[in-house]
Amino acid sequence: MSIEVRDLSHIYGQGTPDEQAALQDISFVLHGGEMVALIGHTGSGKSTLVQHLNGLLKPNSGEIIVDGTDIARPGVSMLDIRRHVGLVFQYPEYQLFEETVAKDVAFGPKNLGLDAEEVDHRVREALTLVGLDYEAVKDRSPFDLSGGQKRKAAIAGVVAMRPDILILDEPTAGLDPGSHREIMEMVKRIHDSTRNITIFVTHDMNDVAALADKVLVMSRGRLLTVGSPTEVFSHRTQLSAVGLDVPPLMDLLGDLKEGGLPVRTEIFDLDEAADEICGALKKQKEK
Amino acid sequence: MLRDITLGQYYPAKSRIHQLDARVKIIGTLLYIVDLFVVQDFIGFAVLGAALAAVLVLARVPMGYIFRGLKPILLILIFTFFLNLFMVDGEVIWRIWILKVTKEGLYLALFMSIRLVLLITASSLLTLTTRPISLTDGLERLLSPLNRMGVPTHDIAMMMSIALRFIPTLLAEADKIMKAQQARGADFESGNVFRRGRALIPILIPLFVGAFRIAGDLAMAMEARCYRGGTGRTRMRQSVFGRVDYVALGACLVLFAAAILLRVLY
Repeated sequence: MSIEVRDLSHIYGQGTPDEQAALQDISFVLHGGEMVALIGHTGSGKSTLVQHLNGLLKPNSGEIIVDGTDIARPGVSMLDIRRHVGLVFQYPEYQLFEETVAKDVAFGPKNLGLDAEEVDHRVREALTLVGLDYEAVKDRSPFDLSGGQKRKAAIAGVVAMRPDILILDEPTAGLDPGSHREIMEMVKRIHDSTRNITIFVTHDMNDVAALADKVLVMSRGRLLTVGSPTEVFSHRTQLSAVGLDVPPLMDLLGDLKEGGLPVRTEIFDLDEAADEICGALKKQKEK
Repeated sequence: MLRDITLGQYYPAKSRIHQLDARVKIIGTLLYIVDLFVVQDFIGFAVLGAALAAVLVLARVPMGYIFRGLKPILLILIFTFFLNLFMVDGEVIWRIWILKVTKEGLYLALFMSIRLVLLITASSLLTLTTRPISLTDGLERLLSPLNRMGVPTHDIAMMMSIALRFIPTLLAEADKIMKAQQARGADFESGNVFRRGRALIPILIPLFVGAFRIAGDLAMAMEARCYRGGTGRTRMRQSVFGRVDYVALGACLVLFAAAILLRVLY
């Protein structure tokens, strides 16, 4: 299973005076099992891009090939695309509408036309996977849950459709640090249990460093670079030119190196970084 | 698709009509609507239509915008046209199966359609050329005499401006929710009326919940800035009647007098 994007371009308001290129010549390939981070400044086109990946927006030109089918072509069944590609929007808790959590999570699977038994099974599985206690929440109103729980329930609604590609648009937006950590752990848990492609949009470089196999960097509607976190974060000055940071730890190491202390900068782990700095300081003393 | 609604929208431009005092435009529109109901023949409509066309030219609003505003009422327009065409008794001029078209029916159908088109165009011109803020400000000042009778004019005006302000916000919110539910496989475009109606539930419930959330936030933000109603509140823009405003008001009154006179004389 894979997803390939070729020369994707999208223009907002084509033919009107305020026409604007939202995406230009985007090309990349993602393979099964990859955990992908999509980063970029606000307004760089991240949300527009992810909406293309499940057919909510159609490109003006280019191809989006999911498992051999070009979903940008007219005539492709939308339901088929959504079976393959699940998209969790920003603040997904605002889409909850049913009387109970279980019914709300069942909305997606039911739309896929599954039978009642399979739907129940998937609801139970999805709620457990996002870290909610199925028995405790299934009959509660989604509007009575706490903020973090609401978001998990909403994410379960997409997970229950068992997409091959799960996309989460800023899943931690507006959450406190504790819930933030829980949600990112949940994303990792879902990814590990399904081994599918997971794409998450984020502004938190620590999450990118800790979780992603591959990073897509967007700027002004263009794809700036694709690479592993180590590769991408090694271009500190280029990133800051487009309004992005490297993780705080790498930032510190980079500053130390620029200040004359010979340390490696591509370290994401706190203990490892501490050892590296101590080692470098020791060496300097010996000289 | 939801963004096509132009009802109550403002079209920014610099024109004589845009710069008129909102009070003049409100009074003018009201008088014009009365004119439309006073006039009883096509000559009257020709005069009123010409007047509206003149204002349209002065307002520099593209015709496409006006027509888009008419689109939602097209169905009502066609319905009234045919209802009048077939339902009025009189001298039969044409017979199709059990339907008969009478001279009186044709006359009335045309008459009503023209009246409706002029009515909608005139009132949409008011919102197209007046910022919602000036519109509610103007309305508040026109209603201010009622204040002494205990009518809370400021609060009414404030409610109206908030309602207008939130039309685009709620449309954007509806668009977002619709996309989120489509991502979960919801289908709004197929099936019969009942299926489509049911398909709206996953949009409407989050939309209502969202509207209450936004309203709560707004109330909090207003209180945080010490809003406490109209008493002692001053305006940033003091609108003053200028010469152009008097001229425009005069023109509206002349047209109004002419319409009344025509009705009385014939």
